[in-house]
Amino acid sequence: MKNGISALLLGTALALGAGSAALAQDKTIKIGVLTDNSGLYSDLGGAGSTLAAQMAVEDSGLAAKGWKIDIVSADHQNKPDIAVNTARQWIDVDKVDIFMDVLNSGVALAVNNLVKEKNVIMINTGAASSDLTNAQCSPNTIHWVYDTYMLANSTGQALVKAGGDTWYFLTADYAFGHALERDTTAVVVKSGGKVIGTVRHPLNTADFSSFLLQGQASKAKIIGMANAGGDTTNTIKQASEFGIVAGGQKLAGLLLFITDVHSLGLKVAQGLSFTETFYWDLNDGTRAFSKRFSERTKSKAMPSMVQAGVYSGLIHYFKTLDAMGGNPRDGAKVVAKMKEAPTDDPLFGKGSIRADGRKIHPAYLFEVKKPSESKGPWDYYKLIGTTPADQAFRPLSESACALVKK
Amino acid sequence: MSVMTDDTLPANPRGIRDEMIVFVAMAALLAAVPLTGIYPFFVMQALCFALLACAFNLLIGYGGLLSFGHAMFLGSAGYFTAHALKEWGLSPELGILVGTAGAAGIGVITGAIAIRRQGIYFSMITLALSQLLYFIYLQAPFTHGEDGIQGIPQGHLFGIFNLAKPTVLYYVILVGFLGGFLVVFRAVNSPFGEVLKAIRENEQRAISLGYKTDQYKLLAFILSGTLAGFAGSLKVFVAQNASLTDVHWTMSGEIVLITLVGGLGTMFGPVVGAFVIIAMQQYLAGFGQWVTVIQGVIFVVCVLTFRRGIVGEIAHYFRRSL
Amino acid sequence: MQALYAQLLVGLINGSFYALLSLGLAVIFGMLNIINFAHGAVYMMGAFCAYFLLNLLGIGYWPALIIAPIAVGIFGMILERTMLQWLAGLDHLYGLLLTFGMALIIQGVFQNYFGSSGLPYAIPDELKGGVNLGFMFLPIYRGWVVVFSLIVCLATWYLIEKTRLGANLRAATENPTLVRAFGINVPRMITLTYGLGVGLAALAGVLSAPINQVRPLMGADLIIVVFAVVVIGGMGSIMGSIITGFALGVIEGLTKYFYPEASNTVVFVLMVLVLLVKPTGLTGRATT
Repeated sequence: MKNGISALLLGTALALGAGSAALAQDKTIKIGVLTDNSGLYSDLGGAGSTLAAQMAVEDSGLAAKGWKIDIVSADHQNKPDIAVNTARQWIDVDKVDIFMDVLNSGVALAVNNLVKEKNVIMINTGAASSDLTNAQCSPNTIHWVYDTYMLANSTGQALVKAGGDTWYFLTADYAFGHALERDTTAVVVKSGGKVIGTVRHPLNTADFSSFLLQGQASKAKIIGMANAGGDTTNTIKQASEFGIVAGGQKLAGLLLFITDVHSLGLKVAQGLSFTETFYWDLNDGTRAFSKRFSERTKSKAMPSMVQAGVYSGLIHYFKTLDAMGGNPRDGAKVVAKMKEAPTDDPLFGKGSIRADGRKIHPAYLFEVKKPSESKGPWDYYKLIGTTPADQAFRPLSESACALVKK
Repeated sequence: MSVMTDDTLPANPRGIRDEMIVFVAMAALLAAVPLTGIYPFFVMQALCFALLACAFNLLIGYGGLLSFGHAMFLGSAGYFTAHALKEWGLSPELGILVGTAGAAGIGVITGAIAIRRQGIYFSMITLALSQLLYFIYLQAPFTHGEDGIQGIPQGHLFGIFNLAKPTVLYYVILVGFLGGFLVVFRAVNSPFGEVLKAIRENEQRAISLGYKTDQYKLLAFILSGTLAGFAGSLKVFVAQNASLTDVHWTMSGEIVLITLVGGLGTMFGPVVGAFVIIAMQQYLAGFGQWVTVIQGVIFVVCVLTFRRGIVGEIAHYFRRSL
Repeated sequence: MQALYAQLLVGLINGSFYALLSLGLAVIFGMLNIINFAHGAVYMMGAFCAYFLLNLLGIGYWPALIIAPIAVGIFGMILERTMLQWLAGLDHLYGLLLTFGMALIIQGVFQNYFGSSGLPYAIPDELKGGVNLGFMFLPIYRGWVVVFSLIVCLATWYLIEKTRLGANLRAATENPTLVRAFGINVPRMITLTYGLGVGLAALAGVLSAPINQVRPLMGADLIIVVFAVVVIGGMGSIMGSIITGFALGVIEGLTKYFYPEASNTVVFVLMVLVLLVKPTGLTGRATT
């Protein structure tokens, strides 16, 4: 009923010469992967995020330099209270230095407070709420992969431009859904569209029929799905049952992951357009990593952008610690160093971390291929637009973050 | 109407002296915990659940009323206290007062509805009422729905005790627990408690003796709800959050389980049960949902073969009332 | 207006599940004097049974509609024989606690293996698609659920109220000793009754699989609503629980149209109102 903690010990091999080298420095690191291991987001984070962390440890080469790195992982069941209890115990008892993944915005915002209070680190790759780097920004948190502002900006704008100027929102009733609805509404209104209604559904809903019927009755051109994971795939499937798309309305997936497209199948998902910051088939670097990743998963799944973010974030973290020569156990100090150095890894390319904790990189607008266009398993997307890194996220000039000097 | 047959109760209660001795020993043991290096948050959590279960036990063990909705008091008081501390900036003592008073109010209303039916219906109604509150909290803006209320300031109790310090917080929680325990103890051993037991054994007879049993049952329900709410208010300072988990029916089930394992109708059973169940959750946490399965198995085993619970068995063996 | 009809349909579907489940609860309560807390868990097992039949053995929806209730019903009878029957003579609350424990075990085991998100179960080909009725769009499968549940409910009512077997059953509820004196095997009757109630829940589970997905916790939250339905309707009458089930589904549907915020709570609010006005429930006898 409570948190499931499974400790994974790995990368424990100490270098042979460690005894003689600078042992004055603390060279141990403990990584906590806090994610949804059993619920509706487990495909896009879950065990895959732990695997990505493992691969980052192996690829970092730190073990050979005398570092000892442990990973623990736990299922927060999408409940902020369980997440915070687990996190507090990890920090107090297990001495965890850095939290990875932490998907679910409600969970992320709760853990964000604790991480700051205890001066450890969170590299958030799974949660969407843009508040993490805005009103709620923290010197201990980096928001790595994507956020609601970016999704709204990219997908929302494109849809309004294509003629979808009246919107009805189907919103997951927690921090993430609210943030995504809020940010998308702003973009829709700014682009000349109108939001005519919204209905909120509980997280992890099975039967969307009555919510969809409300959307249908609204006669809006676009039904915007401000939800994610299993909720989004259920909505899409049931919308067809009630003839919503056939009736002329369009479904807009504001946050979709490749794992969602995989579970929907191309026949259902074709034509959907949405934004991601990572796709396995972007370039040689992403392909090489994804192939290795996929071989090590049970279901042979390609990595989602959340899982890719865990790898990318840890690589940068390891580089920074290595350069510092040891683990100072001072979260804010390490994060400050991480912000100084530019990031570079095969998955997200070159990028940087802003003062507010926002990692920036380009955002890609994808469209799901028709079954006839797909060349094989997991060949799902075609790239239809790119927003450059400096325009993809909320400009610092609009930021409400206290860390941003004005 | 008898819920707990005589079989579950120690045969020959020897008054309250034994219980006082055990109480002093328990208080001394608990007071020594910070010296042992045990993770204090674990013990604090267990103490909150122990008080909650004591409150619940007052109803089932002495009044014969099985409430399957006690989470509503825990969770409601938690939300009220959390809101008072975070949004209104009240001091901890006022925050606790708000939470406990709120739970008492809920106790008055739900109690008045629930005691209109008896036996199994009473259980189902309390369950349904707590689910009603769950959905209200899910949608009410002040609870922040699925996100819960997070990062609650702990503050200084009476302006003196800094609750952000684990040791200080521990002793405050301990004092709260012992105080609540003594209230239950006093209630059970008062004329009021005797009437409750009479109602449990035979409600018709109690009525014919001239007792207005509904009033006694309602009063017991309100007292139990208030104390459960007090436990919920204390828990806010430990967990520093208030969330839907505490109002969900699974929590109500856990309260029943704790009391059942420790011993229904025993003074110390709920305390022992709370430590056993919370420790089990802690140490078996790595097994994921198997914890649920194990809890289910404990339920089944307790009901089929071990109806007296741990403390009940001990008390029965020594023929003492504990 | 189209939305109103559509929401009413959704309400009727939920009402079908309420009716099937509260009917099973009433049947079991009548015979065993136990409130079966595991009812939600066996409903879920029905859905999983259909899922396994399809994915492991390639057996489709139609056979599953018969096989799953029987299989889960047998499982229920084993539970009754091995555990529930030992509670005879004890306070009824122990039955509630025992079945609650069984529910935790069953749900926990399924959660361990299948997580908490849903597994898809496709609508059978024969019932795919929908009809545009002019005033609303009717997905055929959902219409089928309503009609079929109604038939099953009425058949159960007929079985219990109008047949000899049902007469024996009702007599055994009233006075088991006397019935035993007539040479009727009462314990076996109790076991079969439990199997019947559980089988009805499993049938509801199969019906629900294509709509609600197959999830370990699909029955856990539903069962509490069904408890409220049972409190409202009273468990004294079979027809009462059927009518209350459907009626509350419809009221819920209406609430979804006129005041969606209250749709989760309306059943519980109604329960409170009924308790204030008529504490024994709408059709119930005064039971303790």
